[in-house]
Amino acid sequence: MDFSFTSEQDDLRREARSFLEANPSPSMEQLAELGWVGILQGGDFTFLDAAVLFEELGRALYDGPYALNEIAGQPGDDVWSIEIDGLVPHMDQVSRVLTPDMRGSSAHGDSLTTVDETLGLGRLASNDAVAAHGEWVDVERRLLAALALEAVGIGAKAIELALAYVSDREQFGKKIGSYQAISHSLVDGYVAVELSRSLAYWAAWCVAEDDEQVGLAVAAAKSQAAEAAVLACEKSIQAHGGIGFTWEHPLHRYYKRALWLEGALGYGREHRAEIAASLLSS
Amino acid sequence: MELRDTPQEAAFRQEVRNFIAQNLPSSSKARGARRFEDADRDWSRKLGEAGYAGLTWPKEYGGAGAPYSHQAIFLEELARAEAPSHLGVIGLGMAGPTIMAWGSPEQKERYLSKILTADEIWCQGFSEPDAGSDLAASRTRIDDQGDHFLVNGQKVWSSFAHIADFCIIVGLGLPDEPRYKNLTYVIIDMHAPGVEVRPLVQITGHPEFNEIFFTDVKVPKENLLGTVGEGWQVAMTTLLHERGTLGFALSATLDVAVRKLIALAQERNVTDPILRDRIAREWIELQALKYTNYRSLTTLTKTGIPGPEGSASKLVWSENNQRLTKLALEILGSHAQLTDGSGDGYWQYQQLRSRGNTIEAGTSEILRNIVAERVLGLPRSR
Repeated sequence: MDFSFTSEQDDLRREARSFLEANPSPSMEQLAELGWVGILQGGDFTFLDAAVLFEELGRALYDGPYALNEIAGQPGDDVWSIEIDGLVPHMDQVSRVLTPDMRGSSAHGDSLTTVDETLGLGRLASNDAVAAHGEWVDVERRLLAALALEAVGIGAKAIELALAYVSDREQFGKKIGSYQAISHSLVDGYVAVELSRSLAYWAAWCVAEDDEQVGLAVAAAKSQAAEAAVLACEKSIQAHGGIGFTWEHPLHRYYKRALWLEGALGYGREHRAEIAASLLSS
Repeated sequence: MELRDTPQEAAFRQEVRNFIAQNLPSSSKARGARRFEDADRDWSRKLGEAGYAGLTWPKEYGGAGAPYSHQAIFLEELARAEAPSHLGVIGLGMAGPTIMAWGSPEQKERYLSKILTADEIWCQGFSEPDAGSDLAASRTRIDDQGDHFLVNGQKVWSSFAHIADFCIIVGLGLPDEPRYKNLTYVIIDMHAPGVEVRPLVQITGHPEFNEIFFTDVKVPKENLLGTVGEGWQVAMTTLLHERGTLGFALSATLDVAVRKLIALAQERNVTDPILRDRIAREWIELQALKYTNYRSLTTLTKTGIPGPEGSASKLVWSENNQRLTKLALEILGSHAQLTDGSGDGYWQYQQLRSRGNTIEAGTSEILRNIVAERVLGLPRSR
């Protein structure tokens, strides 16, 4: 039993973090130069290597189709998105779209305005779909795990922002982080994110190993991690006070992404209904 | 990352499973109310003889010197079989490691092996009527009388005190010294004159813990751990171990509770979607706690020291257990009120007992302080 990433994966995380801090919105060409594109298409990498990147991209609030393209797993040089609940993220940045009936369409359709302005959601209008490779059940599992990992990145960053703020901000002559009303609330947010991090890593491992518990693991991880990310953002906004409620502060962008993640591929209760059906039937 | 057992771990798991199947009398299965029974001591002795007590203790102290993963596997298998844990949990998890860290060769020789065999049971005397979360406010006097210490005072919430042979206590050794430098840590013989144990009945109706009164108790000098005035540091060692390796025991007990919850829901054919949602949530929370403990275990294996994350595990576990047991009562319905109805009162007992979970071994408020200050690095609240 070893529940840790390898030293190579830790290096990849460090490399990703420092690259994304300098380039939070990299192009697919830039990511290809780093060797990240096609990481799931055979070779020396596993889903756990991709998991490190998915989490770091979430943390950086990356706004492109990289993860979806990897998860779609289609051959060729096209960049793919995946239709989620009838909506296509980053449609203007891709050429092909994978739909849950496992068909591929050209990325034509309407651009939609969204709460999270970085999602680039579109609605597919093309009627040129052709059969795609693979099974939706596998795509969905990879996608749920990736959404969970992205949520972990978002939630952890939201808590870090709050910790930095309350360690600096003073009121009544003291750092506000010394007040238990503040610190205990952030502890709850932190603990929720860390618990969901364990689930997300477990889910990623199950996907990588095609473990028999993979279906339950990805459902548990996605529902819990997205809810934890929302909670962490809300606690962070509260701890920041008025500034956390402004457009100029970046927190609202994390929050809006977390809200998207919470709903994407089903709210927590939908996944819990499936988990309950599995637990109570056997 | 490898979440499956290694071949050695798998072999150990099978060995433990066989041992339990061959040695656990069916009457010893974990019951609702837990008060000491002779059967528990027999079972604990068997665990000791098989080398399962003190699995992670170094071999020089009679332990198995096994990796922490074996301790986790052992606890998981006990939980799977709903077997009672070793009676000497305070000795194994708290007094023993403290003696290893601070004790003299003579103390190690005298005490450690009898903890493993369950021949001597230990209890802990830290809390007092006016020193709960604020342990450093202890008023129990440990006065140096030249050739012995004289102990006077009162301790509370002490589990196992009614069957214990020894007690680890922290008290006021140097009353004129400042806070944190005025405490002394000694081992008390519970059979010595002047030691009186009175049971305290919990809200469950069961007297699981006790008050201990010390009246002019003579304690030999060789029972000192650390030096006079060093009691705070010694006590921190005890508490680090209390919370550090507790995680697996907690997720193992929660595992039992979740299995029973699912069995109850199946038996009652629960179709209400809200109840089903909450059942699934408890199962998810269990996995989250379990895999978080695995992450901590990997850190512990690599560094050898339990980290403060143990405080977070205990915090989460206690709240999970409170939620889960109330959910079980809700599934039982209003008839959960009947004590002469069907069933053995398991959930009724567990639900009431769970209220203690957020108080014992560090209140949730104290644990949140610990996580805030030692894990998150926030400024101190006091």
